[in-house]
Amino acid sequence: MSAEAAPLKTNLPVPKKQPDSPWRIAIRRFSRNRLAVIGLFIIVFMFLLCFIGPFFSPYSLYDYSVLDKNLPPSSKYWLGTDKLGRDILLRMMLAGRISLLVGLVATGISVIIGATLGALAGFYRKWVDTLIMRIADIFMALPTLPILIILGAILSDLKVEPSDRIYFLMLIIGVLGWSSISRLVRGQILGLREQEFMQATEALGLKDRRKIFRHLLPNTVPIIIVSATLGVAGAIIFESSLSFLGIGVVPPTPSWGNMISAANNLIDFRKRPWLWIPPGMCILVTVVAINLIGDGLRDALDPKMKK
Amino acid sequence: MKQYIIRRLLQIIPTLIGISIIIFAISSLVPGDYITAVDNPTMTAEKAAQLREIYGLDKPPVERYLTWVGNMLKGNLGDSLVHKQPVTTVMNNYVWNSFFIAIFSLILSWVIAAFAGVFSAKFQYSLFDKIITLLVFLCMSLPSFFIGLLLIKFFALDLGWFPVGGMKTSGMNGSTWDQLIDIAWHMFLPVTVLTMLSTGSLTRYFRTSMLEVIRQDYIRTARAKGLKERTVIFKHALRNAMLPAITLMGFELPSLFGGAIIMEKIFIWPGVGQVYLESINMRDYPFMLGFTVFISVLTLLGNLLSDVLYGTADPRIRLK
Repeated sequence: MSAEAAPLKTNLPVPKKQPDSPWRIAIRRFSRNRLAVIGLFIIVFMFLLCFIGPFFSPYSLYDYSVLDKNLPPSSKYWLGTDKLGRDILLRMMLAGRISLLVGLVATGISVIIGATLGALAGFYRKWVDTLIMRIADIFMALPTLPILIILGAILSDLKVEPSDRIYFLMLIIGVLGWSSISRLVRGQILGLREQEFMQATEALGLKDRRKIFRHLLPNTVPIIIVSATLGVAGAIIFESSLSFLGIGVVPPTPSWGNMISAANNLIDFRKRPWLWIPPGMCILVTVVAINLIGDGLRDALDPKMKK
Repeated sequence: MKQYIIRRLLQIIPTLIGISIIIFAISSLVPGDYITAVDNPTMTAEKAAQLREIYGLDKPPVERYLTWVGNMLKGNLGDSLVHKQPVTTVMNNYVWNSFFIAIFSLILSWVIAAFAGVFSAKFQYSLFDKIITLLVFLCMSLPSFFIGLLLIKFFALDLGWFPVGGMKTSGMNGSTWDQLIDIAWHMFLPVTVLTMLSTGSLTRYFRTSMLEVIRQDYIRTARAKGLKERTVIFKHALRNAMLPAITLMGFELPSLFGGAIIMEKIFIWPGVGQVYLESINMRDYPFMLGFTVFISVLTLLGNLLSDVLYGTADPRIRLK
């Protein structure tokens, strides 16, 4: 007879090893997904590059040196210079800050609106649910890119300062993207509200607001994280498409998208690929990495959600 | 089924009203109108006012909205200010160019995705599967405009294999056959990009769907009967794996007729997406509004279509 089995005879409760928390299980599952971990590394690298990299650059955004204009990549300018003699690498890193920030904040806005409305719809049901879900239907059917283009054109017409445009962009992209998250959250809450712990909150006489925000919404965090991660990738693509068309982030503020619009000039497009290929690769790599992470998170946090 | 479709169609109505209000409200936020956008130096203030009166641009927004909706119900989307033709005529002129590249890339991406999905599910965890998985992620993450530009740079400008853009070589006179070849040659790059963009998620869909089906008992039965592996996979498994994918067919509806705005701009393809982008830049309200509503209607009908298709294809699904 082994030593561990001995206490069983005494009919006393066995002090069991604490089971792992769901989060720890999720982290372990995520770290076993090699592609997702690679994605995570790439994203961390991109953030470091964009947010810390510029401090190590010998150039500044306002270094215009006409002598050094349109230089191909060299040891002095790693990625060459543009028509004003500005260092492409530095501009690319600063552009990354804008693009990543727009992606993150826009998704943050979508999540806040979507989660709140979804929770309200799922919790109160009846006419609240009908109303909110009808509005979500409307937003779902709105063609996102055309509406974004129209709104971008309006920003140009209203002569919004270039430096303020990024805030409007975040808001626009965020507001247009809430509907899918609200649907997911609503679906989850409809199921959760019937569970026993909600009866407990009823018995405790908790206020609705506390029930929703402290007890129901935290349970939907895993699926919110997954769809928000994938949402960031989408938001970055939307931002860069708009900026490429000249109605998103506009110069002098650099963004990956508006750096690529250098390709609209045939000579730059053909003879000076260093102007537009590096920022394009940045978008591609970032979005691939985010999608890999999102997929890894989906498997780790919510295996049922895997399609 | 009939009842279901009618009820769904009725449900679309309030959604459409909401959409039309939002679209109209957004467009009325735009300062300036077609008259200011044209920027004609000989335009006097009186002339401009006169023109605004003719086009009904001087009326209050609510009145304009009601007139617009009223006309739309009669099938009249107004006249495009840029093209000086009814919006529906302009749409009809360009939508087919968009449809051609869309339908080709649709067929291609479904075929490629079906094969890639089936084989990566069959050989799960193999090298092939891993490569497909990576490619899928790459395709799902492509910024369309960047990949379009890359292809133009390398295959059209540097290598000269394909034309840089447009739909026909200008001034070409040849037999119908030659002209068709010419168009096909121009279509190659845009169709490639569109196919890449949609194949990624489709392949993923087929792969997961196939993985589920392959584990079913009836597949084991089919193998036990001594059927050839090819028959098992393509006849017994693929057919069932296709079922959930049928829902995706409906979602393709807006992209078939809606044009690909960015692709058409980059490849200078004379499709409806490019005309639409131009209409936004020129403040051509009738076209801009009419076409936006058109895409929304297609989206809603597409959703309905996909539900109906699913219910028809899979008797286990009951539509309520």
